[in-house]
Amino acid sequence: MNKESVAFGYRTRTLRFRWGSGRVGVRLLTVSAVLFLTAVVLATVSLTYGDYPLTLQQVFATLTGGEQGFERTIVVKWRLPIAIAAVVFGALLGIGGAIFQSLTRNPLGSPDVIGFDSGSFTAVVLAIIVVGTNSYWWLAFAAIAGGLVTAFAVYVLSYRRGIQGFRMIIIGIAVSAMLVSVNHYLISRAEIKDAMTVGLWKAGTISRVTWPPMIPALAVAALIVVAAALLAPAMRRLELGDDAAVTLGTRSGPVRLGLIVAGVSTVAVVTAAAGPISFIALAAPQLARRLTRSAGESLLASAGMGAALLAGAHLLSLYIAQLYRPVPVGLITVCLGGGYMIWLLLREARQRYGLVR
Amino acid sequence: MKDPSGTADPAPGRPRVVVEDATIGYDRRTISERLSVAIPDGSFTAIIGPNGCGKSTLLRALARVLTPSTGTVLLDGKEIGAYKPKEVARRMGLLPQTSLAPDGIRVADLVARGRAPYQNLIHQWRPSDEAAVVAALAATRLTELSGRLVDELSGGQRQRVWVAMLLAQDTPIMLLDEPTTFLDIAHQYELMELLRTFHDEGKTVVCVLHDLNQAARYADHLIVMRDGRIITAGAPHDVITAELVEDVFGLRALVTPDPVTGTPSVIPLDPRTAAVRPVEPDDDPHGEPALPRRHEKENIR
Repeated sequence: MNKESVAFGYRTRTLRFRWGSGRVGVRLLTVSAVLFLTAVVLATVSLTYGDYPLTLQQVFATLTGGEQGFERTIVVKWRLPIAIAAVVFGALLGIGGAIFQSLTRNPLGSPDVIGFDSGSFTAVVLAIIVVGTNSYWWLAFAAIAGGLVTAFAVYVLSYRRGIQGFRMIIIGIAVSAMLVSVNHYLISRAEIKDAMTVGLWKAGTISRVTWPPMIPALAVAALIVVAAALLAPAMRRLELGDDAAVTLGTRSGPVRLGLIVAGVSTVAVVTAAAGPISFIALAAPQLARRLTRSAGESLLASAGMGAALLAGAHLLSLYIAQLYRPVPVGLITVCLGGGYMIWLLLREARQRYGLVR
Repeated sequence: MKDPSGTADPAPGRPRVVVEDATIGYDRRTISERLSVAIPDGSFTAIIGPNGCGKSTLLRALARVLTPSTGTVLLDGKEIGAYKPKEVARRMGLLPQTSLAPDGIRVADLVARGRAPYQNLIHQWRPSDEAAVVAALAATRLTELSGRLVDELSGGQRQRVWVAMLLAQDTPIMLLDEPTTFLDIAHQYELMELLRTFHDEGKTVVCVLHDLNQAARYADHLIVMRDGRIITAGAPHDVITAELVEDVFGLRALVTPDPVTGTPSVIPLDPRTAAVRPVEPDDDPHGEPALPRRHEKENIR
């Protein structure tokens, strides 16, 4: 063993430049790269599916500018924003899930479980029904505001001399249930037309995404990714407990607030553009952790896993549409995620209480 | 590589860590009112006192985890809250009573997190970081275990990992909150010996301890607290007396020199007999079994 270097127990690369230095896990980087690549491949394949089937060659030809006319309209104007949404929204949900699972120190602590997307949804329903708007900017604003207000309420309600992850999850689930009943009430009072809009939106589908809302969504997504990357080292320190984080030089309050805003924003951006897409945020960080064997939830690998999951679910929904009829991607993620949730709960119960075999 | 601020000379004649007239507590509950205390530079200070007396609260205020509602905590003559967080973290480290290891973290990774105060966005892993982690692992005898999962270690090993993380932080002042509480007796002494080596290397070590004998054996300065107040402070020989133990802990005890180190050691009296003299086998020249202590009481009186 080299005395001057640390044996970390896994392969790492040390990067040293005059202007900076770093250390990366080889497995983490490889797995993340493979996941992102998978997401891009799945999204590209999804460009061939639809009422007007195309071959992969046609798709490539259109994307590289060789093909013009109707194919170009289909691929670039209609299908490309959806494919990009699958990858980017999936990555965002993965990041949001990783942030909240890290903050709550619990694999159940994802924004969809603790009610932030119910809050976003309530605000969007209010915007559609009460304000009577359908514009992306209104819905996005409502989704972000609703998510943040819910997050703030859950945070305040679960604050007792600090934040304890498990209490936050239980209170989040309760708040979420209350919001769901509010949503149902609002919809039952709404005009048929509005109720239809909300109902369609509620299933969570990216197949109606077009370029105009995608461009601002991508801009916000880029902001969120930068913010998350900047906050990531401090997030790692908060995982050690608040006292340890503070003594390592972390401003725990502002960092936690920043992480909450970034995490809620991921969900809100997706909810505004596509409606609630559940379980990606819940499952991606944990699946990624098992593949990378990293300590805690890695933002990079969670983003890759989220992108691959949503791109895969999107492709699956297109495939089912060919065989049967269109099924919104949000419903597919709920179905797949439900199974995952059962497995997770059984495993947690077994580990904690030894109840289930 | 040491941070220059970590070795800066404090104001001459004044200890680096001073609490002045500080009121410390949580939310609405005040634990300590108008507390003043100084930590002698280069000392091995132990804070002792009964449960709930404010020992940990004082330590957390020293470490900037709690902010006093009135009064100040001074580090090198400047109010501790006025520093940048990382600047404090390069001068003073804390091992909290409970720390949480993320799932699936390995020993070296956890120890490396102690380097956070020296890292920034572009400098995440300098040679000095690596050197400090290597040294911390070696000093805590964890080099062989560096690639193991923290969850798989024994309690004693795990506590050494946290101490190694504190050591990797490379601070001249180390604060530890009940570091021996969950360890068996051998690991307790192993850890205290480790802290003594840090002290011998010139670090200021401040430790909240429950075991008075350990405190007297290893510390050269004791701070005795009760009900949020500081009762007395000083060298163990001067501080630990039978009266003080009864006063502060409500325990009648015999204070006698530790037969190994000569430092004061506290032996509780039997409340049923209030025997004040140790039973010595030599007392009985005829080789008869020693009398039960209940009878001893009558002999003494």
